[in-house]
Amino acid sequence: MRRCQPACAGIVALGLTVLGGCATIPQDALQLAPDSLERRQMQTRRIDGIDEKRLLAAAAGVLQDLGFNIDESETKLGVIVASKDRSAFTASQVVAAIALGMLGAPTSIDKTQKIRVSLVTRPALAADGTPRPDSHLIRITIQRVVRNTGDQITRIESIEEPKIYQEFFERLSKSIFLEVQSI
Amino acid sequence: MIRLKHAAMAISCAAVLAGCAPSTEAVLETGKSAVALRSFQQRAFDTTDMEKTLRTVIATLQDLSFVVDKADLDLGTVSATKLSGYQVRITVTVRPRGAAQLLVRANAQYMDKAIEDPKPYQDFFAALEKAMFLTAQQVD
Repeated sequence: MRRCQPACAGIVALGLTVLGGCATIPQDALQLAPDSLERRQMQTRRIDGIDEKRLLAAAAGVLQDLGFNIDESETKLGVIVASKDRSAFTASQVVAAIALGMLGAPTSIDKTQKIRVSLVTRPALAADGTPRPDSHLIRITIQRVVRNTGDQITRIESIEEPKIYQEFFERLSKSIFLEVQSI
Repeated sequence: MIRLKHAAMAISCAAVLAGCAPSTEAVLETGKSAVALRSFQQRAFDTTDMEKTLRTVIATLQDLSFVVDKADLDLGTVSATKLSGYQVRITVTVRPRGAAQLLVRANAQYMDKAIEDPKPYQDFFAALEKAMFLTAQQVD
């Protein structure tokens, strides 16, 4: 029994380290990143000629076109939050998993992903700091959580591919055009 | 057999150490006193414009790569989540302080732990005061 004690203490210490020690926040988690301005530009557009409520309605329409469900909204602050659950299978992962499976090493592959978007509008300001009439900035931020076939989380990340934002804003311009035309 | 015994010992040791407090204690658990937490979680700004302040808070959170979860102008709250290989959740509240100021308070969690280190909050208020064009004032 005595011989067991150091081993036991070691295992307990290891367990406590695993449970408690790894949860220190990355030092830059709430710091403005050097590329934050660049990211803001990628995620923001200025939209003129439409009031904020109708801009939000047009944007909600685009989110619906893309299959998102609206989770939350606060039009008084220009906020819409939406999400969708989709498959996360990729052909390359499936092929790799089949190959590994044939070699006798079954492996988990990405299965589902939850994609969340927050879409925020605010009045665009003129040089003197006053709001420009019917002119707004709209910014979207997107993130996703990917789970594998074993229901474990494999990715938690922000989506930062410029193409995705470009396409979203192209669709938004069309939707705003329709919104403006409908009056 | 000896290995099995070792394992059993280890498990029971861990159970003794970890098991005496029910995990429901986490509901009312805090690492620091409320006074200490508030000293770095809240700042006062010389403005009374709730809407503009909340909109600036939201814009700042987006600058910090957060996705908004909820926002409520009447209650003066915004909650948001950042995913970047890890998860940070933050709630920011804005309420009047006296006749000429607003009090902004933030509390955040990293994965399954409250953030009780002043540094991340200082970073947040540094970003917020830049966007507000106002100084974030320490409150006692």
